[in-house]
Amino acid sequence: MSSVTTTAPATGSSPAALSLLWIAGVVLLAAVPFLAPNLQLLVNFALAKGLAVVGVTVLLRAGQVSFGHALFFGISAYIGAFVMASVPGMDFFGILIAGTLGAALAGLVVGLFVVRYRGIFFGMLNLAFSMIFWSILEKFYHITGGADGIRLTRPTVLGMELGRDAFELFLYYTAIVLVVGLGWFTIRWFASPVGQLFQTIKTNETRLEYLGISPRRAMLSGYLLSAALCGVGGILMATAQGVVTPEYVWWVRSAEMVFIAVLGGAGSVRGAFLGALIYEFVRTYASAYAGDVWQMLLGAFLLVIILFAPGGIIGIFERVFARGKGTS
Amino acid sequence: MTEPLLETRDLVIRFGGVTAADHVSLKIEAGRNLAIIGPNGAGKTTFLNICSGWIKPSAGSVHFEGEDITRLPPRKIVTRGVARAFQIPQLFTEHTALENLLIAASARDGLRNPLRSMHGIDARDEMMHLLDMVNCADVADRVVVELSEGERKLIDIAVALALKPRLLLMDEPTSGVASSQKDEIMEILIKALSEANVTSVFVEHDMSIVQTYADEVAVWNAGNVQLRGTPSEVLEHPDVIRDVIGEEIA
Repeated sequence: MSSVTTTAPATGSSPAALSLLWIAGVVLLAAVPFLAPNLQLLVNFALAKGLAVVGVTVLLRAGQVSFGHALFFGISAYIGAFVMASVPGMDFFGILIAGTLGAALAGLVVGLFVVRYRGIFFGMLNLAFSMIFWSILEKFYHITGGADGIRLTRPTVLGMELGRDAFELFLYYTAIVLVVGLGWFTIRWFASPVGQLFQTIKTNETRLEYLGISPRRAMLSGYLLSAALCGVGGILMATAQGVVTPEYVWWVRSAEMVFIAVLGGAGSVRGAFLGALIYEFVRTYASAYAGDVWQMLLGAFLLVIILFAPGGIIGIFERVFARGKGTS
Repeated sequence: MTEPLLETRDLVIRFGGVTAADHVSLKIEAGRNLAIIGPNGAGKTTFLNICSGWIKPSAGSVHFEGEDITRLPPRKIVTRGVARAFQIPQLFTEHTALENLLIAASARDGLRNPLRSMHGIDARDEMMHLLDMVNCADVADRVVVELSEGERKLIDIAVALALKPRLLLMDEPTSGVASSQKDEIMEILIKALSEANVTSVFVEHDMSIVQTYADEVAVWNAGNVQLRGTPSEVLEHPDVIRDVIGEEIA
């Protein structure tokens, strides 16, 4: 973590002009189904993934890296699949709530154990939990479908059965609403007393203890939030893809989340979404046009970011914007 | 007879073959500034660590306002009214001076609203006043990592005072700062403690500081209190001059 800077603790709101730019970005996202309908699904995947990356970002604010957070992404997705299979005609919001609560509950159970550790031990323990769950999904194929996973039928929306296009459109706008709402909540949480106490784990747990706060409890509060965010992302991804497989919790998925978080700007909520969008575009088009070397290109890109722009893409973006503002 | 604010009874702690506390029994009355002096390795910091819950004694007990706090973790002892300032200031280095105090106030008041900015909490004015008390109001918005050691020391103490303690344990409040700044820091500190009505126990190596600012002095040697009295009684004692000071102070 030493080479990557996390965004400074929230000390106030962003400049109004910058906020306007972000609003314009959201409006642009909302226009995608009309301007570039062939990108709709791609952006939907990026937004789902972005929510999970925000979960990883939360932990980065406390100076901790989880290499197993796909666990909560996958748990939520599988809960959604099981609920859909066992309750025919289940509503989308029902599985969204069930999946998110399931991820949060799993976050509590795993969190009670892992919040006792820091640094590499924290990261690897998370990885261990995710790989245990991956093994369960692979081996208990009579329940989980094994490597083939489980197909999800299309859920109803507030009792209405939507056609494929209408459902995908609904899912897309729901993803935008969740990204804006949960992104806003997370930024507010970072700036709140409880969020600030959580972030002090990064710099001084001794003082935290001598303020009368249990560092483990503070860590658990952030861990629960991060698990729930991953859970929301998992449900969105599962319903968008229509299938859940053990690949959802595979370690590469967890590493991808960390990769995107660092790429976007470690510790930045907006950076997480920006990173997820750029990552999905690069991944999709680079794999189409650059064959087997696209991972190498992404790796080289990340190296450049770490070495020359430790604030990530969001750092570059905000610096360029500030410079432009300064010269205008 | 009034109950002591802090009392230790037969405290014992050993690290391997070294006895850092050897049946230490000590009573600290409210409203006093007690200095602890002694040679390096005498067990002064260990005593503070035991009283604040960081390490647990092998035997004996610690009582604060009559309550046995021996086995409580530091965070529980803090809520009873015992705060701690450190030899190396323990601050949140990525936050500003004011934010360090606001975080302390948030912890003290148990603020949990996830949607309310820490900067908007009711205690903001109180924390600015506290920074003013320790002469650091002008650096309120500067990130801690940019501040001088003297400023960090004072902010570390202000963070402890933000918890509204009744007893403040300080480990070498003037170490690491220029000699010319030591008196200034102690003047500010003693005034702030008096204003906040806080009793203090501080470990100190500078005998002129002890003589000027302590109400009482306890001399530590080989894990126990060798002598206790007023600064003039203690600092002029031949054993203290021989074992601790090494030379007579002017």
